[in-house]
Formats: sequence, C-alpha cells, structure tokens
Amino acid sequence: MSNQSNKMIALQNVHKKFGNKSVLNGVNLSVDRGKSLVIIGGSGSGKSVTLKCVLGLLQPDTGAIQVNGNETTTMSSRERKKTLASFGMLFQGAALFDSLPVWENVAFGLIQGKGLNKKDAKEIAVEKLRRVGLTPDVGELSPAELSGGMQKRVGLARAIAAEPEIIFFDEPTTGLDPIMADVINDLIVECVQDLGATTMTITHDMASARKIADNIAMLYQGKIIWDGPKSDIDQSNNEYVEQFIHGSAQGPIEMDVFRA
Amino acid sequence: MPNPFAIIGRVFLSALAEIGRIATFTGHSLASIIVPPIYWRSILGQMWLIGYNSLPVVGLTALFTGAALAQQIFVGGSRFNAESVVPGVVVIAIVRELGPVLGGLMVAGRVSSAMAAELGTMRVTEQIDALVTLSTDPFKYLIAPRLIAATITLPVLVLVANIIGVLGGYIIGTGRLGLNPSTYLQVTSDFLEQSDVISSMVKAGVFGFIIALMGSYHGYNSSGGAQGVGKATTNAVVSAFITILLANLIITVIVFGGAS
Ligand SMILES: Nc1ncnc2c1ncn2[C@@H]1O[C@H](COP(=O)(O)OP(=O)(O)OP(=O)(O)O)[C@@H](O)[C@H]1O
Ligand SMILES: [Mg+2]
Repeated sequence: MSNQSNKMIALQNVHKKFGNKSVLNGVNLSVDRGKSLVIIGGSGSGKSVTLKCVLGLLQPDTGAIQVNGNETTTMSSRERKKTLASFGMLFQGAALFDSLPVWENVAFGLIQGKGLNKKDAKEIAVEKLRRVGLTPDVGELSPAELSGGMQKRVGLARAIAAEPEIIFFDEPTTGLDPIMADVINDLIVECVQDLGATTMTITHDMASARKIADNIAMLYQGKIIWDGPKSDIDQSNNEYVEQFIHGSAQGPIEMDVFRA
Repeated sequence: MPNPFAIIGRVFLSALAEIGRIATFTGHSLASIIVPPIYWRSILGQMWLIGYNSLPVVGLTALFTGAALAQQIFVGGSRFNAESVVPGVVVIAIVRELGPVLGGLMVAGRVSSAMAAELGTMRVTEQIDALVTLSTDPFKYLIAPRLIAATITLPVLVLVANIIGVLGGYIIGTGRLGLNPSTYLQVTSDFLEQSDVISSMVKAGVFGFIIALMGSYHGYNSSGGAQGVGKATTNAVVSAFITILLANLIITVIVFGGAS
C-alpha cells in the first residue's frame, strides 16, 4: 500500500490480556522508516509486552500489526521467520545464552541465522563488542562472569551484530553508569543514522529519551495517552506526561504502592 | 459442598488437555528432527552429557540389582533344589526388564530433571525468545538434539547395564553361592535369546525418547521464575517415571504377551 510505505511499524487497536488481566487496551502506534520512537511509561504498563507483540513472541488478542507494510498477526511461520531476520532485539534482562561464550552470543545471529563461518563472525563480534565499550578478552568469558551492565552491553552488541533494519531496545541504559549510558545513547543514534535502521526503544531514562528519540509515545493503562515529536514533550499539556518526565510522586498517575 | 463428580470431571478433562498438549509438542519435535538444519555438535554434546555422566549410576544400579537378584533366586530356588536356574533367571530378568527399566529410571532422574531445569531457565530468562529473534528455531536448536541424543544413548547405556547386571549375578553366584563359573556362563548364554536383547534395546530407545521429551516439554513450557523452573523439574521427573513404566508394560505385553 503506497500510503503505508513510509510506515515501518504500525499497530492498530492492539489488545492483549493475560488470563483476565488486561495489559494492552487498544494500542495505536506507528514508526516511520529510519526514525526512532521511544516509548515511556510506568513499570508494568505493558511496554515490553508491546515490543513482544510486534516481534511476534506474543500473539495479540485482537488488533493489527504491520511491519514494512505486511500484516504480521496472520503470517505463516515462514513469512514470520523472514520478517524476524530483519529484526534485532535487546531484551530487558539481556537474555544472553549462558552456555556460550560472550563472543558467540554476539555472533549467534550471524552464524545460525546468516550462515557466516565462525572466524568471520568472530571478527564482527569483536568489533561490535568494541563499539559497546568491551575489550576482546571479554569475548572469551561466559555471560555469567559479567556484571549486569556488561551483560546489557553484550545484549546490545548482539542486537546490532547482523545490522538489522529494525531494532528494538528494551531499557538499553538501565543498570549503566551515566557515562556508559551516554555512550550507548550515541551508539543507538549512530545505528539509526549509519544503518538507516528504524528503532523502537523503551526507557525510563528521560535524558536518554531526549537524546535518541525522534518521537516519543507514552503508554499508560494499556493505551498510548500521548505521542509526538520529542521537541513537544515539554509542552505536552498532558498531566500524565508532565508527571512522568518530572518524576513526581504527586499527580494523576497512581502507583500500585499507593493503592495497596 | 463441591460436587465430587464435577471435580473428577475437571481433573479428567485437564489430564486430557495435558495429553493433547504433549502430543502436539511431540509432533512438532518429531517434525523438527527430520527437517534440516541438524545441529550435530549439540547432539554429540548431549550424548556425552547423557551417556558418559550416567554410566556410574547406571552401572552401580545394575551391579547391585543383579547381585541381589541372584541371591534371592538362589534362596527361592533352593527350596525346589533348583539352584541351577539362577543364571538363567538373572539374565532374563535383567535383560528383559530390570536393565532397561532401572537404567531408564536412573537416567530419567538425572537427565529429565537437568533438561527441564536448563530449558526452564532459558525460558524464564527469555533466552528462548532471544533464539527466535535470532532466526533460530528453538525446537531444532534445543529440543531435537536432546531427543536424538537420548534415543541413541539409552540403548548403549542399557547394553552396558545388562552386562554389568549379569556380572553382578555372576559375582555373587560363583563367589558366595558356590555355583560353578563356567556352568554359570554357559547357562546364561543358553537362556538368553536374540529377541530378549532386541526388545531390551527397543525399550531403551523408547525410554530415552521419553526422558528427553518430558524434560524438554516441561522445561520449554515453564513459567513463573525460579519457582516455575523447580516445578517443571519435578513434573519432568515424575511424568518421565510414569511414562517409562507405562511404556515398559505396553512393550512387554506386545513382545512377550503370548498367554501360554
Ligand atoms: N508472559 C506473561 N504472562 C502473564 N503476565 C505477563 C506476561 N508478560 C507480562 N505480563 C504482565 O503484563 C504487565 C506488563 O508487563 P511488561 O513487562 O510489558 O511491563 P513494562 O511496561 O515493560 O514494565 P517495566 O518497565 O517494569 O519493564 C505486567 O503486569 C506483567 O505482570
Ligand atoms: Mg519491561
């Protein structure tokens, strides 16, 4: 569809329940090709679930999701595999394979997915590790030997290793010191600029959001309550957004602790 | 007061649903075994883990069981002056039943639990999701190698167990019960038939498949963090035990079931 050609990712009215707990209540969202969307929102608001629905790791109950113009919710497993090949994903908990050394984690998609030989794949892996600030000797360690922040960076290196067209980052800077967080922010910006990748990033870190976003969307109670260019975020006229970006406990957003 | 028939009905229905899920899982696994790619390195690694590491426990089980069996049959047989049947009964009992069943149960205790724990941890730490995003089918990469390895390895282990079990009987029979060594071996080989060995190996292969299937099924479908993995591990062992004993009964009835 020509009117869709500029949209790399589009979600329409996506609903998702777990048991009788409704998590997504009609999410509408889109990301233009080569743009960076940042999703903000409170803990447990369904940000990770939204990403997993786009990836196809979770099947939405109702609603439509298009990736590059193709409807993913009704895809055959072969088509889905082809779509997945253009994705990179950084998981919130890094999700490194602990049976493999760090470098093989980074090279996994190159070796298994793209059929590269181990030697070439290792070279690329070492280069990607360097870009996230890790030395080649880290590549020989097992993931269990790394700190949480290092695991996160390895996860990031793995997500970008195959130079995917669409990259999902689930809290890329959580657990990193402010300097490394900024290095990672730069890296994400570079990915978008150099690879022309389209990215969807989840973060709680407003400094990071301001740096990497073209657009920002806020998820609250299973819906997108605000979205727009990042320059508008300070004039959102939305009290939820204002409370969130100022990190104030007072405001319309009630955290579970207050209800309990 | 809850209606007891309703409870029985619900338990029965949920058992049927579980059997249906296992059947679907088995079908999916079998399909992934025959379709390339085949991960030879994982298969060999699993064979090593299952086979070599289980040898001591399986060997000791067989040795002690064979020895105890010889002692019991000697005591029982001596009431009818039939001490000379000891070697024959020992070899039949070991090869037809005790070797495969005890070997299968011992390996199930070690291997089903380990597989469930490993795959369960991979599930709850999102490593299985990460595999999918790296264009790798978890059924082919994780489950097929385990099923293949266990199905190949168990017959080898049981063969060794059978030999050691007979040896256990021989040691007690000749060392303690005063049976003639060369007669013992002669009677053993007279009683043993090729069909006994074949059925023993078939049982072992089936049990190996069950061990890997139950470990994989419960691990792959686990949820809910460390507690969920613990539950999956227990369920894997219990269901492997019961399924092995049931399969043993079925095979025994089919192979030796001629009422005479
Ligand atoms: N597989 C699942 N099964 C059941 N409930 C789930 C599952 N995945 C997520 N949920 C529930 O969905 C809700 C949203 O989870 P999600 O992980 O998307 O939160 P989030 O917005 O990413 O939060 P955070 O910022 O803390 O990561 C949570 O209440 C969670 O309990
Ligand atoms: Mg999350």
